[in-house]
Amino acid sequence: MSQIPAAKQGHRPVAVVAFAQSHVVRAETNSNEVEMLMPVVHEVFAKAGITKDDVGFICSGSTDYLIGGPFSFVTALDAIGVWPPKSESHVEMDGAWALYEAFVRLQEGDIDIALVYGFGKSSLGDLDKIFALQLDPYTMAPLNPDLVSLAALQARVVIDQGIATEEDFAAVAARSRRSALSNEFAQVRRDDSVEDLMAEPYAVSPLRRHCLPPISDGASAIVLVAGDRAFDLVERPAWITGIDHRIETHAIGARNLAVSTSTAKAAEMAGVGEGPVDLAEVHAPFASQEAILTTALGLPSSTVINPSGGALAANALMSGGLTRIGEAAQAILDGRAKRVVAHATSGPVLQQNLVCVLEGA
Amino acid sequence: MAEPTQVFTSPHVLEYPYSRSTGPVIGSFLTALRDGVLIGIRGTGGIVIVPPTEYDPYTSEETSGIVEVGPGGVVTSWAWVADPLPQHPLQHPFAWALVQLDGADTAMLHALDAGSPEAVSTGMRVTASWKPAEERVGNIFDLRAFVPEEAK
Repeated sequence: MSQIPAAKQGHRPVAVVAFAQSHVVRAETNSNEVEMLMPVVHEVFAKAGITKDDVGFICSGSTDYLIGGPFSFVTALDAIGVWPPKSESHVEMDGAWALYEAFVRLQEGDIDIALVYGFGKSSLGDLDKIFALQLDPYTMAPLNPDLVSLAALQARVVIDQGIATEEDFAAVAARSRRSALSNEFAQVRRDDSVEDLMAEPYAVSPLRRHCLPPISDGASAIVLVAGDRAFDLVERPAWITGIDHRIETHAIGARNLAVSTSTAKAAEMAGVGEGPVDLAEVHAPFASQEAILTTALGLPSSTVINPSGGALAANALMSGGLTRIGEAAQAILDGRAKRVVAHATSGPVLQQNLVCVLEGA
Repeated sequence: MAEPTQVFTSPHVLEYPYSRSTGPVIGSFLTALRDGVLIGIRGTGGIVIVPPTEYDPYTSEETSGIVEVGPGGVVTSWAWVADPLPQHPLQHPFAWALVQLDGADTAMLHALDAGSPEAVSTGMRVTASWKPAEERVGNIFDLRAFVPEEAK
C-alpha cells in the first residue's frame, strides 16, 4: 500500500477519490436543479465505486437567491434519494466550502465517506440584482453596483498599481478559452487572438467583454474518503494535505483591491509554498483577477494555470469553486500531476478565498 | 336564495412585520447624510473609517469617536458605465468611484457624475453633490453623487 502524504490540516487524512461535473451551459432549459444534479451524483458514485448507502455525510453548496425560493437545497436532495435518511448539511456558499465542512466532519472519525456537491442555475435570475444583495445593506446595496462594475473598480487598481495591463487581461482570456478547447464540459471554447479581443469595446471600462465570466448553469460533485479506505476505491487518491479559507472586510473601499491578503494567508496555512506545484486551478471569474490570485498564492512560473479553462470558460455559480478542486484533483487521479493547488472565491471582488493543496501518494 | 346585501372584506397586506435599527454608528452616518454632512469613525491607531463601522475592519477592535470628513476627496479607483442599468443611481453615463474623503483612511463607493470618461482619472479631486435639503431622508441617496471638484 502507498504511503499517505503528511497533511498540514487535520489529524485524519482525507482524499478526493472521484469528481464529476455537468456540461456547463448558458441556460439549462430542459432540466431543473434536481434533474441537472442527478446524473452528476450518479456519475461520481460510479467513479468511486460506491452507492449512497456507503456515504456517512452529505454536504452541498447552493444559493436560494438564484432560484428565488427558500430551502431549495432540500429539494435538491431528491437527486440523491432521501430514504433512508443521511446526515446532511448545506452551506449558502460555493460547494468548495461544503467540501471544507465535509473535510472537518470526516475528522471526527466515525464515518469514512462524504459526498459533496454544488449547483447553480444563473439563468433563472438577474445576477447583477441578486449579487448586489451581498453588499453592505445601508451604504452599498441600495446603489446596486453590478458585478462587472465592481470587478472593473478592482481592475483599475490592478492597472494603476502596475500589476497587469488590459493586454494582460486579454491574454488571460485567450489562454483560458484555448485551454477550454480540450475541456468538453466548458462553455466558452474558442481560439481567439489577443489582438481580436482587444478590439472589443469596453463592457465597463477598463473591462472588455472577454474579461467577464460567462453566465452559466451547472453542477459538480466530489466524493471524499478518509484514511486507507481511499486506496480500496481508487489507485491514486488525491490527498488533501492542506486546506484553509480566510475572509476580508465587506467594505471594498477599505481593501487594497489589487492584493488578496486572504488568499495569501490561506495559501500559507495550506502550505502551498512547501513543495512544487504542477498545476493550479484558480477561481478567477474576471480575467483581471488572475494575476492578483497567482501572486497571492505564491505560484512559481512553472505552474500550469487553469488547464480546464477556469471560470472564464465556465462559471456555474456555487459549483465553480468546487469544480476547481475537482479539476485539480482529477489531474492526480489520472496520474497527470503529483502536487496541485485549487482555489475558490466568494463574496464581492475576491472577499473570501479558500485554498486547497492536493497530493498524490 | 336571497342576494347577499353585504360583502365583508378584510385587507391583507403582505409584509415583514418587524423593523430593524441601523444602530448607533450606521445610524449616525445616515442621519448625518440627511444633514448634508459626511462622517467617519476612529478605529485602531486613530485611522478614520468611512462609511463608519462598529468595528475596525483590520483589527476587529471596537471603534469610537465620530469624525466629520469631506466633502471633498480623491478618487482611488473608478469604472466608467456607458450604459447604466435600470437599478443604477444615475440613468445617464457615469463612473462608479471609490472616493477617499479628506480626513478618511478608507474609501467609499458612490456614483461619480462626470459627463465623460475623459473627465475621470485616478487621483482626481471630487466633492459631494447633495440632494436639496428638503428631499433628504437619511439614506445613501441623500448624497446624489460625487462630482469633479472644479465643476462645483
